[in-house]
Amino acid sequence: MNKAKITIDNQQISFSDERNLLEVIRKAKIELPTFCYHSEMSIYGACRLCMVEVEGWGLQPACSIKPAQDMVVKTNTSEVRAMRKMIVELLLASHEVNCPSCEKGPDCQLQKLAQRLGVKKVRFENSYQDRPVDDSSPAIIRDPNKCVLCGDCVRVCSEIQHVGAIDFAYRGANATVMPCFDKNLDQVECVYCGQCVRVCPTGALLPKSEIGVVWQELHSNKTVIAQMAPAVRIALGENFGLEPGTITTGKIVRALRRMGFDYVYDTPFGADLTIVEEANEFIGRWQQQEKLPMFTSCCPGWVKFAEQYYPEYLPHLSSCKSPQQMVGAVSKNDLVKNHKLAPEDIVMVSIMPCTAKKFEAKRPEFSGAYGKDVDHVITTQELATMIKEMGLDFNSLEQDSFDLPFGFKTGGGVIFGNSGGVTEAVLRYTSEKLTGMKTDSYIFNAVRGEEGLREAVLTIDNRPLKLAVVSGLGKAQELIEKVKAGEKYYDFVEVMACPGGCINGGGQPINHGLHTKQKRTSGLYDNDRMLQLHKPQDNPYISEIYETVLQKPGSTVAHEMLHTHYHPRKRIQTDDVSITETSPENKLVISICFGTSCFLKGSQNILHSITQYLKMTGKEKYIDIKATFCYEKCEQGPVIKVGDQILTQCTAEKAIEVIENSL
Amino acid sequence: MEKIRNFEQVCNILARYERNPNSLISILQAVQAEYRYLSEEVMTFVASSLGISPAKVFGVATFYSHFTLQPKGKYEIKICDGTACHVKKSIDILDALKQHLHLTDKEHTTKDMLFTVETVSCLGTCGLAPAIVINEEVHGLLTPETAVQLVKDIQKSEALANE
Ligand code: SF4
Ligand code: SF4
Ligand code: FES
Repeated sequence: MNKAKITIDNQQISFSDERNLLEVIRKAKIELPTFCYHSEMSIYGACRLCMVEVEGWGLQPACSIKPAQDMVVKTNTSEVRAMRKMIVELLLASHEVNCPSCEKGPDCQLQKLAQRLGVKKVRFENSYQDRPVDDSSPAIIRDPNKCVLCGDCVRVCSEIQHVGAIDFAYRGANATVMPCFDKNLDQVECVYCGQCVRVCPTGALLPKSEIGVVWQELHSNKTVIAQMAPAVRIALGENFGLEPGTITTGKIVRALRRMGFDYVYDTPFGADLTIVEEANEFIGRWQQQEKLPMFTSCCPGWVKFAEQYYPEYLPHLSSCKSPQQMVGAVSKNDLVKNHKLAPEDIVMVSIMPCTAKKFEAKRPEFSGAYGKDVDHVITTQELATMIKEMGLDFNSLEQDSFDLPFGFKTGGGVIFGNSGGVTEAVLRYTSEKLTGMKTDSYIFNAVRGEEGLREAVLTIDNRPLKLAVVSGLGKAQELIEKVKAGEKYYDFVEVMACPGGCINGGGQPINHGLHTKQKRTSGLYDNDRMLQLHKPQDNPYISEIYETVLQKPGSTVAHEMLHTHYHPRKRIQTDDVSITETSPENKLVISICFGTSCFLKGSQNILHSITQYLKMTGKEKYIDIKATFCYEKCEQGPVIKVGDQILTQCTAEKAIEVIENSL
Repeated sequence: MEKIRNFEQVCNILARYERNPNSLISILQAVQAEYRYLSEEVMTFVASSLGISPAKVFGVATFYSHFTLQPKGKYEIKICDGTACHVKKSIDILDALKQHLHLTDKEHTTKDMLFTVETVSCLGTCGLAPAIVINEEVHGLLTPETAVQLVKDIQKSEALANE
């Protein structure tokens, strides 16, 4: 094939299927500035920072044009430079410029660019209007004063995650990225995945910091425990100049001890424990052929997504708590029972690559007799900040090892941080358990890979086992819709909200370098290979905890400590549409589901009959009718709620009968 | 019973456009014609019915000034804040009316849905400054007291009509 070529700044560059000129320019190792371009999302072309001069065409946005044979491109003419500088000045002029105290710090693209382009002073008057900061959510802080309206967050949330919790609203000088109706983030359908935080070039979206309270706990007399998720150890180094994927476990443990943590445990121990519980749960369901496919439940972003959009599948989610919560539960139990500590004197801090874990830790389901399983969650980014605050020279720290027993893990628990890792760990357990045979091999390449949606069929114990691995909630939605429509069948489905899994979580160091995701993924697989054991069932401390505390997988004790269940959740905290004139005397509330499925099955006719009946009998004043979306029992629609009673496959007669009885 | 009719209309509008998200603007337009404004509840209902996010619907609804997100009262009071009226302290009239009707910076319509109070840039009746318009009728040369009196008169006649 004849290689197509273009000239970029006097250099010949060949190209083939690059999506746009920008990618070819980057291939020429030129770091063209961009705000609104991310290779995995659609092209917006709004920031105009990527302007270059194309011979014969004049100034062009490189992200939005295709490379063409013999194109001559200049990226550094005085016109281009002047333009870039002006754009940065314009952005700064409508920005709250308090850079030294902004938490985004050196990761801010705007600040970096201003410095790189030598913007010494802004020639325009600062026109920014102070807007309230939204710190309502447990996971993310939204500060519109720092927003440059690049739309990256809007696109990641709708295109990749299919949530659409934030969007542009209003226009002109009032244009703002916000949740619907200018509500706070905790009032809407945001699942706290933090993908918006990952792509935001400025400090407009940040993980909600818990650094202050963690220092406070460390300086108190309480016993403070740390646990660290797998994905942290291969990414934290990036904040200290190391390559993504560099394993720095030992140094992190040392840093945590220097900060004053009394015990340092490892979340992969909890992952090993999760596997033993979850694999047994799966084997049970698979043998009984019930509640399949079984969905994993260790990703809190996915769990909230399922609660909001697929409540009918909630019984299909594994009932296992996530590794973070398991480590919290078993270590608090151990310290209270065996070390005689008072529950209120124990603090569990977990270090996670994830913003949604902050939300998970605060869910009411995860509080027990000893308080919350996990008290505080800090992200990888926050830990790096704490290390810097303390002035530790991270790269020259000695190595240290985790405390036993909850610091010992197998590689099966470590690969949890990669998309496909949970499935592989379940396979490592299930294959041996079902065949009764021990093997030396432990790698299942069939479930590894980069695609957002992967399928595999394995034969275990002479039966085909159909698996799917998805990452990114948009992909999850695609898959569930197919399962719902009967087009696909699976036995086991792993879902991670972040594309690529936890290694690409919203709390990880900001790194837009090439191949960051791939390097982190290999980092975890390397880590697995370096460990002595790979299968959760071989972890001696897992066997021990079953002997001393949990008895056996799925036991009553195990259920109390390690399992939970989830409930349907409303997406938006808005009232339902009220159909009757509401007045305080109205006692009985009737909610009629108007979701597509119930609507097609005749909810409008039922509404009609009910109102006719109420009019005829003069009972209107006792009733308040609302139109709602119950989402719950679509197969059994139409669904109507009378008072607290849910009527499925409802008819007008049935509804009226129940209303009569309830009045 | 009006609410039931409104709601059934919304269902009909959605059916007419086959719940097609690409028809969002036409749907919002038709729904607003029905309810006179777009409430959060109705926008959420429309979004869920079309399978798109409420934030997207809100974005479209706030982009076009044609759409009204605040309910309008039976009496729409517009206070002129053009230069001439501003100089003659039209803001004092606004404040007096807001206080009388218990309105805030965010709420422009009274709970009983009788009054909506807003400012406009210039009514073109500068000779009558300060001036206000109540449902198309101009009242000029007002003071805060006379303006409040106008509202009190309306409240009295409404109360009588309800007896
Ligand atoms: S955290 Fe996730 S769901 Fe929430 S706004 Fe950001 S991208 Fe959307
Ligand atoms: S919040 Fe951040 S990512 Fe979203 S539009 Fe503003 S600057 Fe861009
Ligand atoms: S990156 Fe091309 S216009 Fe923003």
